[in-house]
Amino acid sequence: MSRKEVKEIMKKRLWKLTGLTMAAALAVGAFAGCGASTESTDAQGDAQTETGAEQTADVEETTDLSGSIALAGSTSMEKVCEALMEGFMEKYPDVTVTTEYTGSGAGLESLASGSVDIGNASRHVKDEEKSEGEVENVIALDGIAVITDTSNTVIDLTQEDLKKVYTGEVKNWSELGGEDEAIVVIGRESGSGTRDAFEELLDVKDACVYAQELDSTGAVLAKVSSTPGAIGYVSLDVVDSSVIAVKLDGVDATEANILSGDYALQRPFVMATKGEISEQNELVQAWFDYIASDEGKEIISNAGLIIPE
Amino acid sequence: MQKKTEKVAGYIFLAFGCIAVVSVIAITVYMILKGTPALVKVGVPKLLFGTVWKPTAAEPSYGIFYIILSSIVGTFGAIILGVPIGILSAVFLTDYTSGSKTGRQIAKGLSAAVELLAAIPSVIYGLIGMMILNPLMYRLEKYFFAGNDNHQFTGGSNLLSAIIVLAIMILPTVINISASSIRAVPSSLRSASLALGASKMQTIFKVVLPAAKSGIMTGVVLGIGRALGEAMAINMVAGGAVNIPLPFNSVRFLTTQLVSEMSYASGLHRQVLFTVGLVLYVFIVIINLFLTKLKKKGEIANE
Repeated sequence: MSRKEVKEIMKKRLWKLTGLTMAAALAVGAFAGCGASTESTDAQGDAQTETGAEQTADVEETTDLSGSIALAGSTSMEKVCEALMEGFMEKYPDVTVTTEYTGSGAGLESLASGSVDIGNASRHVKDEEKSEGEVENVIALDGIAVITDTSNTVIDLTQEDLKKVYTGEVKNWSELGGEDEAIVVIGRESGSGTRDAFEELLDVKDACVYAQELDSTGAVLAKVSSTPGAIGYVSLDVVDSSVIAVKLDGVDATEANILSGDYALQRPFVMATKGEISEQNELVQAWFDYIASDEGKEIISNAGLIIPE
Repeated sequence: MQKKTEKVAGYIFLAFGCIAVVSVIAITVYMILKGTPALVKVGVPKLLFGTVWKPTAAEPSYGIFYIILSSIVGTFGAIILGVPIGILSAVFLTDYTSGSKTGRQIAKGLSAAVELLAAIPSVIYGLIGMMILNPLMYRLEKYFFAGNDNHQFTGGSNLLSAIIVLAIMILPTVINISASSIRAVPSSLRSASLALGASKMQTIFKVVLPAAKSGIMTGVVLGIGRALGEAMAINMVAGGAVNIPLPFNSVRFLTTQLVSEMSYASGLHRQVLFTVGLVLYVFIVIINLFLTKLKKKGEIANE
């Protein structure tokens, strides 16, 4: 073997080594990236709120706001939140509003840790969360309708009956004065805001025996309308003519009855802030002003929600 | 000069080749890192062999045993139903259609149908299953369980529906791979068997299929992989409640567990979902190892 050849081989090996090291570095890098991602977003959130505060101080005198508002929380609120964001950013083009739909609990957690300005929750803020300084601002009310397929003859249920149906005590519509048809109990998957609200409002938390657990409102509507004897629950605003919304304790599932408090299955949509709204920076105050304006109210009612008094 | 460009090209190819390797390593490490904390926090026996899934209860319980079991039972149900249909279709395609012109035309049509079956998106399977299969299943359910007070009626969304959908979904894989391995059996074997006085059927079942065994097994194992990994279609037809995998029970699989709960889960619930992903991943790795071994065996046998 000549000297040249040996050199050549050595070179090759060296290259191979570099290649391998590079691959390894890449792998480690990718991996570290994954691990650190949550931290970095948190850091970003902090940075955002800080710059937001600074900018507020700067623009105090001018009417044109600029900066960013960060929201996080309930997935049930996605529809209304997106609509509000669109309207708000049209009015204030220099303000960026971002929302992550992480779930009510996670949203309030982010608020407590200071990574967002507003925490969205599709339930009341719990006492332990309030003790961390979180203030509940109810922007809308959402009703949960109990639905059955259109051939069902039982159109009025008591809360007790409904409880028995969902806990598996009553299994046939004939026991509730209907036809001899098995009850197919349909609900949402664990973790869903609607399921959480339904089980909590009806006081059947974790006692429900579901025949089907579906992962979207649309799926519940479709299954209930196509399955004889089915019963399910969805947000009031999505109820259409393919299903029957049953009366609860003789009360129709309507807006008026939710506002008056007569209809039992209702929940608030909360945009929680750390401290009162008046203590927030100008951007967040503008956000809540917008929600309270006629424009904001129209958006909320267009999303099928009810505006609290 | 040319030598140099060749070399550079070689390294570029190496770099691109590394992407796949790096991806696999990154995914594996990520799944292990994300999936093991919950195993430690909940405890391996409680998590893997617990039967109560109540992740959002006041006292949460994270047993995924029924979910694992459903995945296994569902997959094997699909294999038991789908593989015989697949193999017999393959035999028809290779040995019963070559004789006449109409036969060849039928073979062409069948191949085209199989090809299309493989290309149909899984959400379509789910939709058809939901609209046609579930109502049929509900009729069967009502017939079998009439007057039975203990049974919870599911409206036809059950394990059996999922098995039927999965069985149809694995057909293309099983048919294509079985057919090509049957075609690869030397015609001398067939001729020899026929010359010895064996009938065509005897030849197929005693000579051709055994000779094509390793190829057919590869098809079956690939089918298992496909059935185990399918999420969308069975999410739409299986009901989604966590239950013992009995034919008329609403069930949840490893895949559908991830699909349906990932978006809302938080905290330990989310971590457990990663463990579910890890379990699924381990199953798939085992199947792939098995597949590699099978292929090696086939190569040795062919030599």
